[in-house]
Amino acid sequence: MARFCYVITFILLWLSAAAVPQAKAEGLPKLPVVATFSILADFARNVGGERVEVTALVGSNGDTHVYQPKPDDAKKLAAARLILVNGLGLEGWIDRLIKASGTKAPVIVATKGIRSQQMSGEGHIELDPHAWQSIVNAKIYAANIRDGLIAADPDGASTYRANADAYLSKLDKLEQEVETAIAKIPPEKRQIITTHDAFGYFGRAYGFRFIAPEGVSTETEASARDVAKIIRQIKAEKIPAVFLENVTDPRLLERIAAESGAKIGGTLYSDALSAPDGPAGTYIEMMRNNVRELSAALTN
Amino acid sequence: MFYDLLIGPFSDFAFMRRALAGTVALAAAGPPLGVFLILRRMSLTGDAMSHAILPGAALGYLVAGLSLGPLTIGGLAAGLIVAAGSGVVARATILREDASLAAFYLISLALGVTIISLRGSNIDLLHVLFGSVLALDDSTLILLAVIASVTLIVLALLYRPLVMETVDAGFLASVSGSSGFVQIAFLTLVVMNLVGGFQALGTLLAVGMMMLPAASAMLMTGDMTLIILAAVVQGMLAGYAGLIISFYAGLPTGPLIILVAGIFYLAALVFGPAGGLLRHVKPGRHLEA
Repeated sequence: MARFCYVITFILLWLSAAAVPQAKAEGLPKLPVVATFSILADFARNVGGERVEVTALVGSNGDTHVYQPKPDDAKKLAAARLILVNGLGLEGWIDRLIKASGTKAPVIVATKGIRSQQMSGEGHIELDPHAWQSIVNAKIYAANIRDGLIAADPDGASTYRANADAYLSKLDKLEQEVETAIAKIPPEKRQIITTHDAFGYFGRAYGFRFIAPEGVSTETEASARDVAKIIRQIKAEKIPAVFLENVTDPRLLERIAAESGAKIGGTLYSDALSAPDGPAGTYIEMMRNNVRELSAALTN
Repeated sequence: MFYDLLIGPFSDFAFMRRALAGTVALAAAGPPLGVFLILRRMSLTGDAMSHAILPGAALGYLVAGLSLGPLTIGGLAAGLIVAAGSGVVARATILREDASLAAFYLISLALGVTIISLRGSNIDLLHVLFGSVLALDDSTLILLAVIASVTLIVLALLYRPLVMETVDAGFLASVSGSSGFVQIAFLTLVVMNLVGGFQALGTLLAVGMMMLPAASAMLMTGDMTLIILAAVVQGMLAGYAGLIISFYAGLPTGPLIILVAGIFYLAALVFGPAGGLLRHVKPGRHLEA
């Protein structure tokens, strides 16, 4: 009798164990993708669609220049099947993290093929990593991400191509919107002050001059001479507005505005998206928000 | 012509005037505390404190988001707890202040990192909290002025017991019951200056201004009052010189002020009458009976 009970229990357990994998196989497992920061993650979600599960290491409103990785990040990298980095020196911390995590996933540099530009610094040459600020480059980002996804998950190639085409046409529309809006701003008014040199590519693409005390990375510190130069410049050229950024301390810019008579024009989203329910939850919303703030401050 | 060169930048630019006011306030209050820190073998408190305030700032962020008031108050609370805790341990056990402070600040830092990681925030809290000497607004200047005034008044009132507690705590304990109070008051002043200094001027400037002029002054003279005066004067000179050089040479201001203070220190190291290296080369006359 006892033996019979044992056998029945064993059979029941075996059946229930067999049932579990079946339940799991119902949903398609998503490709785990890790992007270094929120803007890259947004591109990846648009191109990958339902087939991917994207996480960003540096989330909304985070500063990728000075990010300190956590052990959790190494775990995420180890579990990823595709890793997206910006390159051009934005993420000084990523190479060692990738090595330390022991991940086997391929690393896609989203800025491959982009015509990079340099910082208009004081004599020294520095590569400007903020390539996504120009929509032409954003399309190259999307294309590189599409190719990376196809290489990592060939079964989804047609889906990725379709998603990428749809997204590229959205970017085309965005480009037209931006150019129309900026055309309304008189050329002599197209100069603004912001905290760090994040908008070089935007400036070159759409004819703006951006001046910043902190240079190309938020890791640097401003010097008294640079701050004095900016104040003199604002007063001499009657620059109307300074713009805060979502990733940096506003106090230096508020000081400059107070002393030079410029007004605080609003907040631009430079290196990170806002929270999903904020004004810049996706890349497209971010560009729209920035152009809106610029137009509002410079056309009255 | 000299007026234009040396005073001009300050008369032309309000941010330079504010930076000078801020560093002068810091130089009035920080170096005297630094002298006592050095005498009490607590010289690395400043650096330790810049990490120890993290859990307080993290809790402030959880409660009120990214606004400086709660971050600073949280940091202040955490700093006071760490400083007080290490003071109590130093009095009650065989561990002296340096070991007890090291233990507490590491625990505090680990706690802070854990709190931040639990919440999943990606914002570098301390990067936001720490200010810059070129960005002093009205409320920050008032904060610095209040901290400097309170520090100087309390130091003046508690000068004698504090000196005695520093050089011979046993004697003070035998003649007065104020030993514990003096120690806690001193630690409170230190934390207040550090946290206020971090928020206003950043870690490098706050800690550097506290320690470097003090270390340098101790090499120059043996008289307590003169040491404190020399430290304050050096701090103010370094602040002024750093600002002027940063204005003309385009180098970052905060680090430059500390570098100037560092040059004073190196000069004192070599030439200082009360302990510099040259006294080995040319020793003074020995006292003879």
